Amino acid sequence: MSIVPRTKRERTALNVLLSPSVFWLTIFFMIPLAVILAYGFIDRGTYGGIVWKFQLDNYIRFADPLYIKIFGRSLGIAVITTISSLILGYPVAYWLAKRPARSRNAFLLLMMLPYWTNFVIRTYAWRFILYREGILNQALMAIGLINEPLTLLYTNKAVVLGLVYAWVVGMILPCYASLVGLDQSLLEAAQDLYANSVRTFLKVTLPLTIPGIVSGSILVFVPSFGAFVTPDLLGGGKADMIGNLIQQQFGSAGDWPFGAAISTILMIVMLFGTFLYFRSLRSQGLQN
Amino acid sequence: MTTQLTSPTPTNNSFFSRFKGRSSLGSLLGRSLFSGFAGFFYIFLYAPIVLLILFSFNASRFPTNWTGFTFDWYRKLFDNYAIALALKNSLIVSLSSTVISTIIGTMVSIAMERYRFKAKTSFDAVLFLPIIIPDIAMAIMLLAFFVLLKVQLGLTTIIVSHVAFNISFVAVIVRARMASIDSTFEEAAGDLYANEWQAFWRVTFPLLIPGILGGALFAFTLSLDDYVITFFTSGPGSTTLPVRIYSMVKRGITPETNALSTLMLLASATLLPLSLWLQGKGDEI
Repeated sequence: MSIVPRTKRERTALNVLLSPSVFWLTIFFMIPLAVILAYGFIDRGTYGGIVWKFQLDNYIRFADPLYIKIFGRSLGIAVITTISSLILGYPVAYWLAKRPARSRNAFLLLMMLPYWTNFVIRTYAWRFILYREGILNQALMAIGLINEPLTLLYTNKAVVLGLVYAWVVGMILPCYASLVGLDQSLLEAAQDLYANSVRTFLKVTLPLTIPGIVSGSILVFVPSFGAFVTPDLLGGGKADMIGNLIQQQFGSAGDWPFGAAISTILMIVMLFGTFLYFRSLRSQGLQN
Repeated sequence: MTTQLTSPTPTNNSFFSRFKGRSSLGSLLGRSLFSGFAGFFYIFLYAPIVLLILFSFNASRFPTNWTGFTFDWYRKLFDNYAIALALKNSLIVSLSSTVISTIIGTMVSIAMERYRFKAKTSFDAVLFLPIIIPDIAMAIMLLAFFVLLKVQLGLTTIIVSHVAFNISFVAVIVRARMASIDSTFEEAAGDLYANEWQAFWRVTFPLLIPGILGGALFAFTLSLDDYVITFFTSGPGSTTLPVRIYSMVKRGITPETNALSTLMLLASATLLPLSLWLQGKGDEI
């Protein structure tokens, strides 16, 4: 149980315990964050660099069709990734919830293991499979399904595949938690009223697990929208998302204030998503 | 940054097993359909990784065909000076950032779980932000900050940045452990005339150790695997393994890359279950 520090000793203890993290997060997180927010409103110097003069040009510039297109593509890829993760993940969550308790934990661990391994390598593995002379094309040609290699890498589809692969576990876990926490008496009631299993699923199970679906969707959507490594390695410049646009501004384009403005937009979308996530968690808490 | 997902607590499963008895042809078909789908999912999850590992032992330079088993690519890896340097840098960064962030993260966890104070809710939010912010945004804000202060980019800036995100991850894990410790233990120590200081060091802290070690291992893995933030805060000569792998990957597909990737996968596949096991250890208390 937490207490309000009363004695001088307790107040000192609290200060000693808190100050290193307050110091570190202020200097190396809050101030850099403030710097980026400020950068979004200043001007780019003629020869790179920056000029400290307040203006809104960077945000106005983002309205250019070129950038709106990239924003739209990020949104589209993130939405399709979320829907695909739901279609792939929900049945797996359902199957998992039906396992006996002992084997369930083993299957959960088996699912989490790749999720924790190096992100760059997991993405590279798909590059290895999808490229022109890669395994998939070789296999398809060997069995005579195609005559010449397909262009699989450097497409929007490859990026969606990589993102689903990376984040589908974020969809499965909340759906699984919802399914396991279902009130069994409701399903019995449906069965007693002669609903078949499909009807029971559509009328009872699915509506009651919507909070899990909402949480999972946000856990997939937020990192997908802000992705940088996946579109870089699997999109190869042909399926750039917002993350790549930011990287270019800080790299080759050398327009830091514009890059800062785009980052600010990305963070606003991400914060909004997180806010929705916590709201959905709270509504889940009320339901259970 | 990967969002850490805590696995949901397993509850008893009487609900689904109730339907097991009704074994019509339809439900049998439905069950095998689901099992088949789940099987497909696990293949989807593991196939890319397994293929990568397999072809790191292929004698041929091209994944087109399998020409025999070899350790050559691993041998080449150990002879490669650039990779040895990257490994050294990676270990320096991961070890230093883990030690610093574990100490700071544990301290803040104790403060947050034991005391109530002004602005606690807002500080809680700040503590949570580095976990949810996209890596690319965190990377460029640190880069802009260091450049503005004219700090030379190198190992120090990478370490400082890794600590900035790892404090939050350590805190999540240690706080979970802290919250699960029964406060009556410390009260009992108090009844036995231990002062607060003794009660903490003799009772609470030993119980906290699995959480701290679990948090440290998690921080170490995150730091060892990070590419985006490291790339933007590194300078010449401070390349780490993920940054090296990334540039190898962008240049082309080679068996050396597969071999290096296999070793990195092995590292995280060992460290993370170890971290989990430590976090779960002693939960019965």
